[in-house]
Amino acid sequence: MHAITVEGLSKHYVVPEREAGLRAAAKSLVKRKSRVVKAVEAISFSVEPGEVVGFLGPNGAGKTTTLKMLSGLLYPTGGTADVLGFVPHRREKAFLSQITLVMGQRNQLIWDIPMIDSLERNRAVYRISRGDYSETLDELTELLELESLLPKPVRNLSLGERMKCEIAAALLHRPKVLFLDEPTIGLDVTMQRRIRSFVDDYNRAHGATVLLTSHYMADVEALCRRVVVIHHGRILFDGALSDLVARFSPHKTIDVELETEGADLTPYGEVVEAAGLRYSLRVPKEATPQVTARILGDLPVLDLTVEDPPIEEVIEQVFSVETPEYRGGRAGAG
Amino acid sequence: MIAIYWAYLKTTIALQFQYRVALAIWMIGGLLEPTIYCVVWSTVALARGGDVGGYDAGGFASYYIVLMVVNMWTFTWIMHEMGYRVQHGELSAMLLKPIHPIHSDIADNIGYKTLTLCVLIPSAAVLCFLFNPTFDLEVINVLLFVFSLVLAYLLRFFVEWALSLVAFWTTRTDAVNQMYFFFGLFLSGRIAPLDLLPAWARAVADALPFKWSVAFPVELLLGRLDRAQITHGFLMQAFWVVIGFVIVKFVWRRGIRRYSAVGS
Repeated sequence: MHAITVEGLSKHYVVPEREAGLRAAAKSLVKRKSRVVKAVEAISFSVEPGEVVGFLGPNGAGKTTTLKMLSGLLYPTGGTADVLGFVPHRREKAFLSQITLVMGQRNQLIWDIPMIDSLERNRAVYRISRGDYSETLDELTELLELESLLPKPVRNLSLGERMKCEIAAALLHRPKVLFLDEPTIGLDVTMQRRIRSFVDDYNRAHGATVLLTSHYMADVEALCRRVVVIHHGRILFDGALSDLVARFSPHKTIDVELETEGADLTPYGEVVEAAGLRYSLRVPKEATPQVTARILGDLPVLDLTVEDPPIEEVIEQVFSVETPEYRGGRAGAG
Repeated sequence: MIAIYWAYLKTTIALQFQYRVALAIWMIGGLLEPTIYCVVWSTVALARGGDVGGYDAGGFASYYIVLMVVNMWTFTWIMHEMGYRVQHGELSAMLLKPIHPIHSDIADNIGYKTLTLCVLIPSAAVLCFLFNPTFDLEVINVLLFVFSLVLAYLLRFFVEWALSLVAFWTTRTDAVNQMYFFFGLFLSGRIAPLDLLPAWARAVADALPFKWSVAFPVELLLGRLDRAQITHGFLMQAFWVVIGFVIVKFVWRRGIRRYSAVGS
């Protein structure tokens, strides 16, 4: 059984619209114009229990809307969603007790009292037994290094500290499904890494299913073997991260370091960068072996490496091509 | 459920200790209003030869001291709160919890009241000392008063919670709040005892919930009601509690449906 099954799920918003200025404002008193925004348009996918799936897409692609629909905050316009056998928007208690949504910074914690008091409140609301509570709290305190933060009022915490606390409070009831919307946004690299490894540990230890969105490719690379790319409310790609690179990047990068100056590398490929004795070439993927062989034969090479372009570049490429829905390695699954 | 309420109460009280200045200001406001009306009406009574509509200076004093206690005990702030929650998306966090948000509101309200009561009773005592109220209390009225106070609390809580749900349909909840406050000031007996109002206004007050949430318990305690009026009052209280509860139950569901359709 899947942990999450989404079938033709859509969300359309009706947004009021008017031109700028007083005249338009007066006109809108009588007649209001509105426009339908298709935030999510008939997406389908499924997630296995214990899977960590990265949800990628530019701002406004429909990622957050999808997470909100899956956690029961938004009523879908069309299609169906099934999470752990529940229909999310019915918001049954048994459903809400098994999921969590981490979104922004102000969900779980009460600002003016210490973090530990908010946790205690969540303990009661989720009906967690004392034994489980102290066990989970110990685990979270250790993994997220919360010890010194627990007695401080939340408003006195830094952004990163608050995010750690927010995550701890959201996981106190040991949810089976985690929806994480930009869990590392605005955090420094160290903190990002800590949260990343925490999600990884939690997933391994509890077999939890994780659906996360992030703008940081490092998050996705570290955590998700599978990614779903969404753009303009539609799924562009669903498959392994490596397939995404293979499919959407027709180029490889060859970095060469030469012994002597003044070489002309333009015959071998597009020179992206040339700094002293170092050159960076972009070469069509299928031509890479031949080009590499020719360079090694023709030029006094000190060092040569062949690399896939950075994942950010690939993603950018994906979004710039408005191809119809493409489903990668997982086309058969679901 | 009791454990949840206990946890809620603890956080509310912890929070109120954080906001002790705000708490004090609210308390002073709550104290000032009945004191001012009491002074005004006592002066009028004296100028009129000691009596206005069956209240003399001592009568006004006892009326407003009891009214202060009843009003402080039954008031809610949910109508201001709900607009904020809906507009700023704070409601979303509440909807993710496996419990209806009304429970935390009830617990918050009780927690706050528990704290204010500690100040309220001494304040009432000071006012008694200053204004020489005439109390003519009967045991049966005191017992019925306690009962009516419980109903008044539930009545006001459910009716105001129900009205606060307007926030799902309009972003300008202040207009509704202002109107409700204005009616409440007149028709709950705060600005003047209802006996002093013209007949038509008294008829309106009878038909709306305000009187039953404040003026009725006050007049009951002070022995100003006969048996038939008391029975009628309790029935009206029960009626409005049920109405409020039913509205909360159904309108909440529709409101959530709308909230989750429009987006948060």
